[in-house]
Formats: sequence, C-alpha cells, structure tokens
Amino acid sequence: MSETLALVALVASLAAAVARPRWAPDWAVATLAAVIVVAAGALSLHGARSALGRLGPTVGFLAALLVLADGCRRAAVFDALGALMAIGAGGRPRRLLAMVFLVAAGTTAVLSLDATIVLLTPIVFATAARLRASPRPHVYACSHLANTASLLLPVSNLTNLLAFSASGVSFTRFAELMVLPWLAALAIEWLVLARTFADDLRTTSEAVDETATRPPVPAFALTVVGLTLGGFAVSSAVGVAPVWFATAGAVALTVRERPATGELVRAAEPTFLVFVLALGVIVAAAGSHGLSSVVDSLVPHGTDLPALLGVAAVSAVLANLVNNLPATLILVPVVATSAPGGLLAMLIGVNVGPNLTYVGSLATLLWRRIVHAHDEDVDTAQFLKLGVLTVPAILVVSTAALWLALQVV
Amino acid sequence: MRVVVWIVEGSWEACILRARELVPADAEVTLLHVSASDVEELAAHPGPGRLGPRRHPPPGPNIHEISEAEAQSLLASARERLGRPAELVSRRGRVEREVIEACEGSDLLVLARDGEPRREPKSLGRRSRFVVDHAGCAVLLVWAQEPRGPESIHWPPHLR
Repeated sequence: MSETLALVALVASLAAAVARPRWAPDWAVATLAAVIVVAAGALSLHGARSALGRLGPTVGFLAALLVLADGCRRAAVFDALGALMAIGAGGRPRRLLAMVFLVAAGTTAVLSLDATIVLLTPIVFATAARLRASPRPHVYACSHLANTASLLLPVSNLTNLLAFSASGVSFTRFAELMVLPWLAALAIEWLVLARTFADDLRTTSEAVDETATRPPVPAFALTVVGLTLGGFAVSSAVGVAPVWFATAGAVALTVRERPATGELVRAAEPTFLVFVLALGVIVAAAGSHGLSSVVDSLVPHGTDLPALLGVAAVSAVLANLVNNLPATLILVPVVATSAPGGLLAMLIGVNVGPNLTYVGSLATLLWRRIVHAHDEDVDTAQFLKLGVLTVPAILVVSTAALWLALQVV
Repeated sequence: MRVVVWIVEGSWEACILRARELVPADAEVTLLHVSASDVEELAAHPGPGRLGPRRHPPPGPNIHEISEAEAQSLLASARERLGRPAELVSRRGRVEREVIEACEGSDLLVLARDGEPRREPKSLGRRSRFVVDHAGCAVLLVWAQEPRGPESIHWPPHLR
C-alpha cells in the first residue's frame, strides 16, 4: 500500500512537471503529494525531515547560484561574451563555433547549464546573425553543451550538486576527476558538430566589423565570479563550505546592482526549489519501499571500468525515461556506496544522456507528441541524429576517461 | 523574365556577383532570404521539458525580431552590391520548402554551391541539393569559391 502510494505520488509529480497544467503547477502537486505520503505513513516524519535536511543545503546552494547567474546577466556579462565571441571569430564561422564552444563550456561549467540555456543561447543566436553566419551550428552547440559541458564542477548542474553533497569529495577533487571526462566529451561534440554542420561553416563572404559595438567589460561581475570560483577551490582547505562562497558572490552582485525585491526573488526560482524539496521527500518514500532495491539490482557496483560503464549507461537510460532530476534523486543513494567513482559515472549518464531527446526525456517527448505542443518547428530528426552520434560515444569515452582519472589523479 | 536570387549567409556575395554578370538587364529580380524556423525555435526554447528553473527570457528583442532585422540588413547589403532595383523577400520556415515555394512562377533561381569544394562530387549541401532537385524553374548554380580545374578531379576508372 505504502509502496503504491509513493509511486503514485512520484508519477503524479513528474506528470505535473512534464504536462505543466495551468490549474496544477508542478510544485503544488509535488508538495501536496509529499504531504499525503507523509500523512499516510508511507514515510515517517523523521524520514521526511532527514530527506529535507539532506537536500536543504543543496537547494540553498542552487538558489545562490541562480542569483549569481542572474546578477551576471544584469551586469551585461553575456553581452560582453557575445562581443568576445564576435571578435574572436574574425569573420570565420568555424572560428565562431570554436569561440561558442569555449564560452558555452565555460559558462555551463561556472554558472551552470541554466545560464547557458536561458541567458547565453539568445546572445549566441544574435551574435551569429550579426556576423552574417548561419546561426544553426552555434545554436545546436549551445543546446548540446549545456548538458555535455556540465560535467566539470559541482556547480555546473543541479544533478552534480545533489551527487556532490553525497560524495564526500572536495570541490577541487571533484573537478580533478571530472576534467578529463569533460574534455573528452567536448572533443566528441566538436568532431560531430563541426562535421554535421560543415555546410553552414563554410564561407566566402566578408565579415561584418564588430569593433564599433564593443560593449564595456563588466569588470566587477567578472571579478566576483572569479573570486567565487577561487573560494570554491580553497573551500575544503579553509574549512568553509562552497555554498558560503556562492552566497557571498550572489550577495556582492545584489548589493552592487540593487535589483527590485520581486526580481531578486524570481531569480532564485522559489517554486522550482520547493519542487526539488518535495520531489526529494517523495523519492525518499519510494526508495524506502522498494524502488531503491529495484534500482540497486539494475546498477552494477564497484569502480572497475565495466561497472562504471554500466552505471553510466543505466543512468543515461533512466534520465531519458523520467528526466535527469528524478533519475539523480533515485540513483544517488544507490551509487553513493561506490563513491566517488560510481557517483561520477552516474553523473556522466544523467548529464549527457538528455542530449538524446530535444525535450529532455522520452516521457516529455511522448507527452508533447500527444498534445501537439508548439515545438513542431524544431527539427526533431536532426536533434535525434546528433544525439545518436554524440551520446553513446561520450558515455563510453568520458567514462573511460573517468576510470583513468580515478587510477592516476 | 523573373529571377530569384537565394541569399545565404556565407555565400551570397558570389551569387550577387554572377547575377550581375548573367541576369538580363530587363529581368525582374527578387532577392530571397529564408530564416530557419527550427533554429530560431531551438534558440528561443533550448530546453523545453527539462525539469529545471523556468526562467523567463531576459528583456530585450526576442529571437524572431533579431533574426528578421539581420535578414533585412543582409538583403539590403545584397541589393546594394547588386546595383539595380530588386524586390527583397524575407521568409521564415523550413528553408528548403520556403525556397521552392518562393520560386513558383519564376524563370530562374540563382543559388550558390554550398558543399565541400575539395571533396567532390558533394559540391551541394543537404539543403541546396533538395532545392536543386525540386525547383520548378531553371537553376543557375554558382561556385561560392573559385572552382578548381579539371586536374583536381579524381576521375573514376571508366573515365580515365
């Protein structure tokens, strides 16, 4: 009974998040479902409190990062990055793609994939159009790198933050182990994208001079981001949790820019934070009633190469079935026993896997097909083709790189 | 005579150059640019369905407005280079389809080869290949780069 209730709660929350009905926002559905699960005794009050206690700091960390990224937007960091890409391109589309790779990989790693998706992609589109280059390869690169380039740091993706809090490794150790897999993933993306879009990257026409519109360098915001990163790097040495450096960075940008309170609150995405907390409680209930043991039997244990490959593959499949956030919440307790190798291999799967489908998971894809959502303009075939060419290769090569890093770093 | 010149980023100057030389002076010329709606859609909604923060797009012109402004600017540059009156047409949609539809009722379509110049025979990319195959009018294909001489051709055995 408890088992069924927890699973129904999980499915209802995911359905609300995917279908997004106006009358039932996902955070409200998930919260209600979590309350029902606890009230019905499927999870003890103590269990709920410990789930929230585990997730609380992670969710706070995420809020600080969201405010930090939004502060960068207000300080026109992304406009400056657009100008940097235009100058670095020198009028050649292939060099523009290289600049987009550098900037999108850096933005994703430091300010998280959401910054790349929402804040950088429109800038990249505008930059390519202004340079009279076809925006196609550059926009696809942003879309792919938002996932692929989120392997590097604990702050690059919410999935990383969730695994990081369970991994017991330091911020720098995480980055040391993930830098090789990250570089391998970027290399594969470059090979596939540059080849697939070769038609769009060829040119004979003159470049448009961009120097006239070069915006000022947002020195303050860049310094704050640099210091925040430096703080992350020394966090374990000085014994201060990374979340405090993120908070300090977010506060510094907020004090400098003084956004309206409403704008500040919106930037932290409170409804999404509530959704994550509620989903965490529901997954804890489902986990204690059998879901964990089912997943546990599917996931290989150990840190030898075949086990890591198995973990990455199962994680990628699960992320493609139910989206990567629930997949991570389900997988973290199971793979935490083989930390850090298993956890990091899981991250390769859940972070890179969603590139297979444009919308994030098969569940979403099916739903959007059913309701004929307004993405008929998107070339799903093109997206799937790119996914098939990159995702399996990255899963294998990046996981092998992780295994190598675990041996030598 | 009605002539459509397909203006594509990267190769439009070669098209204009040849159109100036080869299109009769009394022809009605249309300069056509097509913005790819799938790319605009991907740029505007890069991660729909992802369970993540649902930030609203930052204030400022949206992708569609930026795209249209740049298309108009590109077409104006092309007309200036052409040096004669021409109708400017900016379309949005699936590129191949829009070009085919825009050519209806025309006598000639001018477009650039956009494929790999060194790896013949693929001198046409995916989109221009489709347009050449399906255009209802005569097609003038121009080299975007200087064409290579016959000595660069890998002749198949039966032609050697």
